[in-house]
Parts: sequence; structure tokens; C-alpha cells
Amino acid sequence: MNMRDMILPVVRDMPSSGIRKFFDLVNEVKDAISLSIGEPDFLTPWHIREAAIYSLEKGRTRYSPNAGLLELRKEVSCYVKRKYGLEYDPEKEIIITVGGSEAIDIALRSLVGPGDEVIIPEPSFVAYKPCTVFTGATPVTVELKVEHDFRLQPEQLLEAITDRTKVLILPYPNNPTGAVMFEEDLRKIADVLKDRDIVVISDEIYAELTYGKRHVSIANFPEMKEKTLVINGFSKAFSMTGWRLGYACGHPSLIEAMYKVHQYAIMCSPTTSQHAAIEALKNGDDHVDAMVREYNRRRRVMVDGFRRAGLDCFEPLGAFYVFPCIRTTGMSSEEFCERLLMEEKVAVVPGNAFGKCGEGFVRACYAASMENIIEAMKRIQNFTIKHSKELV
Amino acid sequence: MEEILEILEKNSRISDEEIALMLNMDADEVRSIREKLEKENIILAYNTIINWEKTKKETVTALIEVKVTPQRGQGFDKVAERIYKFPEVKSCYLMSGDFDLTVIVEGKSMKEVALFVAQKLAPLESVLSTSTHFVLKKYKAEGTIFEEKEQDDREAVIL
Repeated sequence: MNMRDMILPVVRDMPSSGIRKFFDLVNEVKDAISLSIGEPDFLTPWHIREAAIYSLEKGRTRYSPNAGLLELRKEVSCYVKRKYGLEYDPEKEIIITVGGSEAIDIALRSLVGPGDEVIIPEPSFVAYKPCTVFTGATPVTVELKVEHDFRLQPEQLLEAITDRTKVLILPYPNNPTGAVMFEEDLRKIADVLKDRDIVVISDEIYAELTYGKRHVSIANFPEMKEKTLVINGFSKAFSMTGWRLGYACGHPSLIEAMYKVHQYAIMCSPTTSQHAAIEALKNGDDHVDAMVREYNRRRRVMVDGFRRAGLDCFEPLGAFYVFPCIRTTGMSSEEFCERLLMEEKVAVVPGNAFGKCGEGFVRACYAASMENIIEAMKRIQNFTIKHSKELV
Repeated sequence: MEEILEILEKNSRISDEEIALMLNMDADEVRSIREKLEKENIILAYNTIINWEKTKKETVTALIEVKVTPQRGQGFDKVAERIYKFPEVKSCYLMSGDFDLTVIVEGKSMKEVALFVAQKLAPLESVLSTSTHFVLKKYKAEGTIFEEKEQDDREAVIL
């Protein structure tokens, strides 16, 4: 038997990443300043880690209920009400998942299959498309534009909708662009969707990380609430990436369907992580506020740094990414990243890793120390000055 | 203003220009606020936290609990002043509870600190008693942990 032939073509033919070559290169250059890591540099606050240790000491080492500890679901319910004005019943409308990623996967598996279409704005997080393809459904890409500050436009959405459209993925605040959708932007999207049978999967994993205006969810519009699945989690808000814990809030029928997939695929989310998460939601606000202030300072330094380097850089108001345009250098995204890495030892990610329309951009993450960001920006300025001379 | 203090409390060597950039302000504006904070004694000093253990210099730190008699009209302030004016005294706090003042003293050796207590502190008229505790090891001071910095163990690229 040739095992390779046994693999389902849809899985076999899925590239593990479009920029594998660049990944390997970054791993070789050991002493580079890394702005390529989409993960908080902060460790999980100690009071949260301590709560997890305590739960282990108390022997809380068994399965939790499939949907997650009821106490945690109740805390999630309070939290989304307090923070975003969203009301969900902890018994029927909330499920605790293994990271936001699992929520995306089981939502898609509960909603779409062959013949269905899923609208995915790009550039965006790399998992939406593969998760869609694995269900047999067809991803339909909408190319977000820098001239719209990477916000989804109602016209673009209308153009992408067919009678096979079943799901829209709404990824804001956005990885990799740092774009956010304001209330008035969401209003226009809601107007397009209000009389259509399309479910919105709103991936709000970066909701805590906005600078200026507070995050608004499309589920805040009453006519959209029952059509929207809100996905969030603990990784970004509480620097808990390794704990693998997220949640989804939505219509009881959708949550019940996701519950089935979740129950048979993985039983329940890690119990220790859930105990830690209860503490995070109860007593984590001050830490989050201090962290957001620090990210905001780094964000300003980084945006200013790219602009000083002569690169167009739209003002990102969410997440922890800056997404400058590098076309003026005459290089492709991958070429820019490879040469910046080799010549100046700074790692950023080529924009095309997040969809074809990310070409001409790079993603730099400011989940890095202020000293490293300041140094990296100096090096990037050296780099662009050097290469602008070559162009002339 | 509070955010300027928050930044300086973590890193007093940061320049006005860098603070301005972080807070979307003008460097001159930051400078004038900082100078005002200095004038108003809100910013008192720009100190450095040093792990002397790693240098050749020998130092000993002691925490001394002091019981005193407060003075008419001046309470504890006058007694405290007589104590904190000694350069050996690094910190001095008025406390609630069993004793009145916490006095933190640094010296080159235990003997030096002991002599300070015996010859200067204890004989003061208002000092009723002292109880000296020597610091054996510093784990954390002023919010800074003394052990080696943690390595960044994140993967090289995360999308």
C-alpha cells in the first residue's frame, strides 16, 4: 500500500504554508530580531497561572462537561455583556473550544459542505480557507483594499454573494492588516445581510486589542444577532496562546450542532486551562488594560518607523500588526522579507502568506519588546535607504 | 501625564522623543510635563536597580523595626527626619502595627550596619527599641526580578 495515495486529495494537495521556504530561512538566522511572531510576547499573568496550579493541587484533572465548565460559561456570558454589550445564555448559547481555531473549524463543519460557498475577505488569517476546503465547500475570496483601510465594503460583499453563499467570515480586528470595522462600516454590511440567509462567523479574537474606539461586533445589531456566531478566546486578550482555549457564542441551534462535532472530536477543552480562564475573566481586567496601553505605544513607534523608512503605512487600529506597503522598493513581498532578513537580520512576514492580495505588503508584529522594535525600525530604515539608492 | 510616569517608572533612561512617539505627543510637550513633574516633586529621582551581588562590591542590607516616642506637636515626622537624614538609611517608612518605623539600611558589612544601629540609631532620645533583620538574598526589588532574563521561546514564525 502506498500511504500517500491513501490520503484524501483535498488534504494531500493542501500546502502546509505558501511561504515554507521563508519559514525555513527564518529558522536558520538565529540572531535576527523577530517581528514575525503572531503571538503575545507577554507571559500569561501570574494570577492566572497560579489559579491553574491551584486547580491541579486540588485534583481538578478530569474531563469537564463537553460544552465547558458551567462556571466558565457563566463568566464568559458576564464578560461579553460587560465588554461588548452582547447577551448570551451560558446554558444554550455558549461553547468552550480548544482555541478560537477549533471554533472556526467546528462552525464551518456544522454549516457548510459540498456545493456551499463561504465568503472569506483577504488578506486574513491562514486557517479560514483550508478549514472551508476540508468541508468540501468552496471558498470565495474578497480582496480587501488598502484604500478602504482593509475594511470590507458592502459593494464587494454584494458582488461575492451568490445563491450558494452560506457563510461570511468577518475577521476583525484583522490579522495581518490590523484593520478594524467601525459601527458605521458594520451597519452597511448588516444592511446587505439582513434579508439574506447567510451566517456570519465573526472572528473577534483580537477584540480586546483596539486603539482608540472600543470594539463593536456585528452581533450588536439586533437583526444580526441570531445570524452571527461570535468567536473569541483567551490567547490574545490574556496572553494564553499555549493554553488552547476559546469560545463561541451564537444561536442555540448552531451551538448545539457545534457541540456534537466538538463532543465526538475532542470531548472537552483542557480542564486546567478552563480553571485558569475563570480567573482571567474574573480578575484580569487591569492586566489587559496595562497590556493594551503598552501595545499601543509600540504600535505608534512601529508605524512611525515604517513611515520614516519611506514606506506607505495605513494606521492599524486593532490587533498587534502593522501592514506596510513595500512596492516602492521595487521588490516582491518575499524578496523584501528575505533580503531584510539576510542583510539587516530583521524578520517580518511576506503579505502574500495571507492571500494573494497581500502581495506588495509585509506584516510586522509589535508583540516584541520596545527595545527590539526601536532597533528593528532603525535597521529597516537603513535597508530602505540603501535600496532606494539602487533604484535611482 | 500618568502614562508618562508609567513609562518612566519602567525605564528612566528613555528619551522625551521616544515617549512623545509612544504617546503621539510633541517632544517639547513631554519635556515640559516631565520638568513640571520634577519641580512638583512627583518625579523624585531617576534611579537604577543594580544587582550588586554580581559585582565585586560587598554590600549588606538590613531592615530595622524601630519603636519610637512621638513628639508633641510634630508626631513621628521629626523623629523620622532625624533617622532618614543619615546617608546609610536607604528607605524609611511610618508603619501601622507593632512598631512605628521601618528603616532600611545599607552598609559594607554586617559590622558596619551593627555599629550604625548601636552608635547612631539606638541612642537617639526618642528611639525606644530596635530590631534588626539582615537581608540574605534579594529576589525582587522595585518590581524587578533579579534572576536571569527569560529567553523568548516562541516559534520563529507564527501566522
